[in-house]
Amino acid sequence: MPAHEIEIILSRQLADCLTVPVFIVDPEGTLIFYNEPAEEILGKKFQETGPMPIGDWGTLFFPQDEDGNDIPPEELPLVQTIQNKVPAHKTFWIKALNGKATKISVTSIPIIGRSKNFSGAMAIFWDNEVIG
Amino acid sequence: MKVKLHGTRGAYPTSSTNNQTYGGNTSCIEVINGKERIIVDAGTGILGIDFNTSYKSERIDILLTHLHMDHIQGLAFCKPLFNPNKEVHIWGPGGSPESLQTRLNRFLSPPLFPIALRDIPSKLSIQELPSTTFTIGNFVISAEYISHPGPTVGFRIQCGSKTVAYLPDHEPVIGKAHLFPEDDWVSGFNLAYQSDLLIHDSQYSKKEYMNKVGWGHSSLDIAAEFCSRTKAKHLLLFHHDPAHSDDERTQMFENFMRKVNYDFPIELAVQGDEIEV
Repeated sequence: MPAHEIEIILSRQLADCLTVPVFIVDPEGTLIFYNEPAEEILGKKFQETGPMPIGDWGTLFFPQDEDGNDIPPEELPLVQTIQNKVPAHKTFWIKALNGKATKISVTSIPIIGRSKNFSGAMAIFWDNEVIG
Repeated sequence: MKVKLHGTRGAYPTSSTNNQTYGGNTSCIEVINGKERIIVDAGTGILGIDFNTSYKSERIDILLTHLHMDHIQGLAFCKPLFNPNKEVHIWGPGGSPESLQTRLNRFLSPPLFPIALRDIPSKLSIQELPSTTFTIGNFVISAEYISHPGPTVGFRIQCGSKTVAYLPDHEPVIGKAHLFPEDDWVSGFNLAYQSDLLIHDSQYSKKEYMNKVGWGHSSLDIAAEFCSRTKAKHLLLFHHDPAHSDDERTQMFENFMRKVNYDFPIELAVQGDEIEV
């Protein structure tokens, strides 16, 4: 398998150093990396799962809106960034592994390197209770 | 195919008597196949090339990994640039809002240099490296961005069945003791994979590296791990730190070799050496 573009590799290196959950996807939406804090949300370890297609990871953390309605994968910021190649942001609820609902904000950005190719996107999850 | 090492030093050239074993000139190699030659990087090592006897043809190709001074310093004094009968093709990384020509012109113009790039008398062609494989004569060349501050590429140069990978300035993993476990997450992997000769950055000892994280260079340990991971067949440790005497460098290398047991040859690059690939 050919190696990822350097900007994707360096994104992983950054994610590896952060204490907030970070998800990195390729241009097709396949989740190609998530860091240790993100493993707590997904309840899975990257070393065990490896890359996951969007249909698998998009529903793993049970995203819901303010009214308790499920949010489909295509409305998640990361998926919108993949589709539109622009930053996206959304605040919503997820259900942690222990069943506790947590209100989070997600910001995703496109990853476009020096070759000017769209290499994928990364998203940071922010627990709103932490800043509250 | 043959590789000639004209400059193996990193950072800055040195004329110290303590640095004559591995040489004092900064990065420059020639890749040679019969009468065909390409020059890779234009550190002060390029000044050691005998252009009168080795470059009878009009055309000269110079590939640049990046524009840090130790890789371009010799360009200003490279004789073919001042010969109107020569056609000099300079290939280097794009990836910046400014063109390669504009960036080179910052160095090759007053006040840093008396002559502006536009006034250089040779037929100069400055080309930003394509993201696809390209050819120069019988050389098939791939360039990819690698982990080093600023736009920096490494090269994979193939001729016939033989391949040389050249990554003189490369920090494949930043601040970690080992590469990521998956091959597709290793910077430069495609370039070095199964190459017959890997010329790779190895500026620091493992201990020194811990104080130089993010500076864009590798330890001996990471260079060897990278070679092993990419299944390259021969590792040439390159980009020697001029702050080390050659005796210190030799000692560092011997200490390293006592600790490891790789199944490929590992050598320190020596200025002036020719390596048959």
